[in-house]
Amino acid sequence: MKTISDVTARVAAGQISSQKLTEECLSKIAELNPKLNAFITVTGDAALAQARAADKEIAAGRRIGPLHGIPISLKDLIDQQGVRTSAGSLVRADHVATADAVVTRRLREAGAVFVGKTNLHEFAFGTTSEDSGFGPARNPHDPTRSPGGSSGGSAAAVASGMSLGTVGTDTGGSIRIPSAACGVVGLKGEWGRISASGVVPLSRQLDHVGPLAASVADAWLLYNAMQRQADQIGDALEPASLKGLRLGKLSGYFFDRLDAEVERSVLDTIERFQQRGATVTEVTVPHATDMAAIYLHLVFGDAAEYHARTLAARPEDYTTPVRLRLEMARYVLAEDYIRAVRGKAIIAREVDRALGGVDALVLPALAVPAPPLGAVTMPVKGGPDQVRTLMLRCSQPFNLSGHPAMSIPCGRTRDGLPIGLQLVGHKGRTPALVQAALAAEAAISS
Amino acid sequence: MTITEWLAAAKADAETRGLPELIPMLDGLAQATERLRAADWNDNPDKDTPFDSVDAVDLALGRPNEDDQ
Repeated sequence: MKTISDVTARVAAGQISSQKLTEECLSKIAELNPKLNAFITVTGDAALAQARAADKEIAAGRRIGPLHGIPISLKDLIDQQGVRTSAGSLVRADHVATADAVVTRRLREAGAVFVGKTNLHEFAFGTTSEDSGFGPARNPHDPTRSPGGSSGGSAAAVASGMSLGTVGTDTGGSIRIPSAACGVVGLKGEWGRISASGVVPLSRQLDHVGPLAASVADAWLLYNAMQRQADQIGDALEPASLKGLRLGKLSGYFFDRLDAEVERSVLDTIERFQQRGATVTEVTVPHATDMAAIYLHLVFGDAAEYHARTLAARPEDYTTPVRLRLEMARYVLAEDYIRAVRGKAIIAREVDRALGGVDALVLPALAVPAPPLGAVTMPVKGGPDQVRTLMLRCSQPFNLSGHPAMSIPCGRTRDGLPIGLQLVGHKGRTPALVQAALAAEAAISS
Repeated sequence: MTITEWLAAAKADAETRGLPELIPMLDGLAQATERLRAADWNDNPDKDTPFDSVDAVDLALGRPNEDDQ
């Protein structure tokens, strides 16, 4: 995969133009999108106009920074002024954004070029990107399989070179799950650090906005540009040293129900870190087995509130599976929602405690490789389990807790499907997590 | 409302609304709700005066309450 970090210096030096990079992405979209359905809207003419303007500015010595002239995409849940935000639903088929989302504005100010809006699980309410009003997105490594979700089109776009980076959202794993399934890097920062204004919500208390990219360094470039200006630090972070890095391996629940090849790859990777000098201790989240129930009640309650009026007026405009899940969500009782709110606080405390004495937690990003489209269950250790349960199992805890978490590729199955490793950092220390991920990425690729 | 009562009412409502596909899905939601209600952080008025729910779990697990140190 071409990385932003590689091409940006060439753009700055005038060795390659933004127009050329953008044309390459648009050409890939024209070639691959009919098969992968990663994009709902392609803004080719506007992107080329942006690219030509960027080239003029850069040639005149007015380069803004490393994202200037770089073609990226946005999950079609994120507003871009003058462009439809469909949320993957026919409910919003005619909705044209009147303003940029905050993250779109920040990336625009950083000089990024927007090539289009990517496909997703309708309203981000699912993990496979197959229930979209615009048809299923497909995995570039095997188009009979899901790219993960809900930011499935975004991950597919980066993995196949249709854009050099992208912006997704993550309510229960929707950045990290597709990143793992498509073999790219996904960064969900600490909750509340990146603005979600101008982004269609699923659950406001769990929604995170963040980048998917071809490398950890690229993910940081995008993340840094999306932060509040006061929080922005250097565009390039130094990798941490693996020697002496303290990792907490989450045990029990997090390794109980894994695909055998995922488990092997993640354990081998952790062993490799140890060989390079990292110390690994086993840590736990005592209420891990309650997390799915907590998550379900929170997301259902929040989604039911947001969709109630439209669901009553236009139920036929939702895909059937998402409509049924939204209808079911309306039966959650207030007392159970409140129990879930309290459970969320407990999980946050327990993840903080698991991080006590270590620099980062390590676990799989996704329990299984990319599932076949239409699969209801998948085989894992201990017997088959529901795809939806398996997809969320390793990622949703850190939406409940709000801790920053990243997925980085750590291997492939025998069938060539990517496997993702997850690192989780301390609140208030997302850059330190990225530095650990830079070291992990280097160790994995060496 | 008990989960049994809630589930029966929800299924009847789904049937009335012409959404029979919801009925098996509601069984799954009921299982998750059972798990939530059985969690050890839940308070009852016939138990001791509640601590903050997070602190109550710490106490139940025998861990020190950081706020008191």
